[in-house]
Amino acid sequence: MQRVMVIDTRRCVGCEACVVACKTENDVPLGAYRDWVVQETRGELPHLSLLIRSERCNHCASAPCVTNCPTGASFHREDGTVQIDRDRCTGCRACMTACPYEARYVHPDGFVDKCTLCVHRLDTGSPTACEEVCPTSAILTGDLDDPSSLVAARLRTGDVSVVTREAGTEPHVYYTH
Amino acid sequence: MPRLATLSRRRLLGLGAGTLAAAAAARIAFGSRAAAAHPAVDPATDGEVVRSVCEVCFWKCGIQGHVKDGVVTKLQGSPLHPLSNGKLCPRGVGGIGQAYDPDRLVRPLLRTGARGEERFEPVSWDEALGFVADKLDTIRKQHGPEAVALFNHGAGASWWKHLLSAYGTANFGAPSFAQCRGPRDVAFDLTFGSDPGSPEVLDLGRSDCLVLIGSHLGENMHNTQVQDFADAVARGADLIVVDPRFSTAASKARTWLPIRPGTDTALLLAWLHVIVKEGRYQRDYVAAYTKGFERLAAGIETYTPAWAAAETGLDAGLIVTTARRIAAAAPATLVHPGRHATWYGADDTHRARAVAILNAILGSWGHRGGFFRPSGMKLAKYPVPAYPKAKPPADRLPGEAPFALEPLAQGLRRATLDGKPYPIKGWIVYGTNLIQALPERELTRKAIDALDLLVAVDVLPAEIAGYADVVLPEASYLERHDDLLPVAWKRSGVALRQPMIEPLGESKPGWWIARELGLRLDLGAYFPWQDAESYLRERCRLSKLDFDALAADGVVLAPEAPTVVEDGLALGIETESGKIELVSERLEKAGFSALPEYRRPADPPPGYFRLLYGRAPAHTFGRTANNRLLGELAHHDKLWINAKVAADLGLGRDSVVRLVNQDGKESQPIGVKPTERIRADCVYMVHGWGHTAEGLRYARGRGADDGELVTRVEVDPVMGGTGMRVNFVALREA
Repeated sequence: MQRVMVIDTRRCVGCEACVVACKTENDVPLGAYRDWVVQETRGELPHLSLLIRSERCNHCASAPCVTNCPTGASFHREDGTVQIDRDRCTGCRACMTACPYEARYVHPDGFVDKCTLCVHRLDTGSPTACEEVCPTSAILTGDLDDPSSLVAARLRTGDVSVVTREAGTEPHVYYTH
Repeated sequence: MPRLATLSRRRLLGLGAGTLAAAAAARIAFGSRAAAAHPAVDPATDGEVVRSVCEVCFWKCGIQGHVKDGVVTKLQGSPLHPLSNGKLCPRGVGGIGQAYDPDRLVRPLLRTGARGEERFEPVSWDEALGFVADKLDTIRKQHGPEAVALFNHGAGASWWKHLLSAYGTANFGAPSFAQCRGPRDVAFDLTFGSDPGSPEVLDLGRSDCLVLIGSHLGENMHNTQVQDFADAVARGADLIVVDPRFSTAASKARTWLPIRPGTDTALLLAWLHVIVKEGRYQRDYVAAYTKGFERLAAGIETYTPAWAAAETGLDAGLIVTTARRIAAAAPATLVHPGRHATWYGADDTHRARAVAILNAILGSWGHRGGFFRPSGMKLAKYPVPAYPKAKPPADRLPGEAPFALEPLAQGLRRATLDGKPYPIKGWIVYGTNLIQALPERELTRKAIDALDLLVAVDVLPAEIAGYADVVLPEASYLERHDDLLPVAWKRSGVALRQPMIEPLGESKPGWWIARELGLRLDLGAYFPWQDAESYLRERCRLSKLDFDALAADGVVLAPEAPTVVEDGLALGIETESGKIELVSERLEKAGFSALPEYRRPADPPPGYFRLLYGRAPAHTFGRTANNRLLGELAHHDKLWINAKVAADLGLGRDSVVRLVNQDGKESQPIGVKPTERIRADCVYMVHGWGHTAEGLRYARGRGADDGELVTRVEVDPVMGGTGMRVNFVALREA
């Protein structure tokens, strides 16, 4: 099993409902985020384009946070997601330094925290909080190893990208355009 | 969040050989555990689900709250409600930030300082209600009950309308009419005999061509409409966006038309010209459902694409090709009617009429992908005695704004100042921050000075509360019942707002406050029910609805009924003539032009920019500015200015400016957002920032307030709307 997220940038309007829903679902403290929205404008008036991306931990296959965690707190779960064992985390921030996406923050309780891909929900058959709330249905999660899954179908067609591919981390959050 | 340019820099900064070795060792130790199924960290925010209706904006989405130990942990879109479909906008999710706002009003307050000084003492409910009832009784005896006006916004206003109708006044002014939707509603009412409503009855998700004129869907986050918008975009619908700003919606468009502000009517008239001249309208539909086509065809003769190109700054060829594309998709084409429509005053109703006529000749009214016609659900009223006959509202003097559908809020302010046609001595302000909501703020302050009584009923201490004699703290929408909420949508029904948690502090539901005042004013016969639940149960019983089912699901839906012709709708036109009135004889008889007229807007004076304002996804005017959960999102309190203009003025991303309008009115400091995404002749800001109220500790001092700079309005003579985009600003470094 390889859990992935596919985000349709054509649908996304950057409203940040995903950000707020993540915060309330996961009890993320004020001032911290597990996901966020990036807007990139290109061109000059009137020939403009705007790319909007809802970003989060990319649950990389080659995850520098996992390889650089001195205590083994950051690890790959059997479903291919990257998770943090809070009991093992000392808050040393080695993972934060290693992550090219700035996806992590230090929780006031001392451990490092980030997007879990809401596996507590996925495990019970519910969508992630961001996927569930998204008014434009831009966000989709599923199993890449299952060729009949919607995510696999979406990734087979169209223009697909990941953030900062050159970092070589093999992200599992994909963007379709 | 800032993004990192390259990985290598981080690696160099962060990693030494020792760290790597430690990591490797840890991995080995950890290996066996990682291979086993690892339980997920469960934040445990699931609780008992209570379904209700949102009130962070006025779309009325169904929500479901999770409640644990008397606390709402999270809000989700109700999967049962057709306006949310299980989804919500950021404001709806962030609603708990309103309920748990540390700045909430939690005790009744009596003013101790001058009006506007925000000095109060907390008092008991009995004292506060006694004070208000005494004043209302005195006004009733001295001036008559019509000397009291209600200003309101939101579903909870129904209790106050009931109380004040029983008291004997009809002076109910919601700024949502004459400061917002009014021109559009009047124009569609004149043309189709029905307005687009709220939520707008748009079958947008199935449109093959969608035209947005200033509507910035996606930044304006009405949930269902944005769901449908995304569906239309994903389906590859032809999207044409007319906006001086490269909005989020414009970025999704096949064609963005960066129009000169204020010239939209010229573009619409030219589109009509092309479509009529080239015979691209829906002939059978026009013959069957409309009247006045011949006069329309003659009346638009001079509005050529070349003429419109000169007015709008757009390419004439593009005006022709976009007109053809709009017509090609008919009748599944939708020229969006907009919502906030009080832009330029003089031609606002005319502009909205041009939109209506364009939709009419393309047959979109009643067709799939156009305007659907909801069947609605009939609800019985709770039986109470007939209201006393009230004097006609004081907002309009003879001959003024003959087509207004609701009292004009600024007209009630005018009557407060000049006493014509009769004096207004008391204001009850419910759920609207009148200081920000009404233009020409000095007039609002003067009118307030002239009052015998100002009562503010609200959840948060916005600016208007600082002027009140009495502040009555209302329970938030998560803590109270409100009246039944009809759902007029593709699947119609009725929804219930009900409490999820106890009211914070001493705050009380609006129904309780209004009823208590009613009892003190000898109006007990109008409040025979003991509490909102008994009232709602009885209304449901009379409407043959199961209250318990409604309480469990938050919504009860009517049987499915066709809403478009393709599905079997028998389309009827609700005008007096029974036809869509392309030419409005009603307007003509009242001395207005029967066909839309364009009026060229004034250019900004040298060194000035037209001030435009709009919406950001996480905010509902000023109502959400103090919400910690929403306020910390990407900042939407900046001034958009064209990047090249900003460079010429020496302004960069870190610059902070003050805006000074044509009358010398100066704004609070506001950060600058230089961007290619806006024309050079205007600046843009999100409405609702720049709070000054001491009590809004979080919002105070963030951004600037566009409303403060609206010292001038142009009034729409047809319906009394206050056009507010007629103000110009210069920038000076703060």
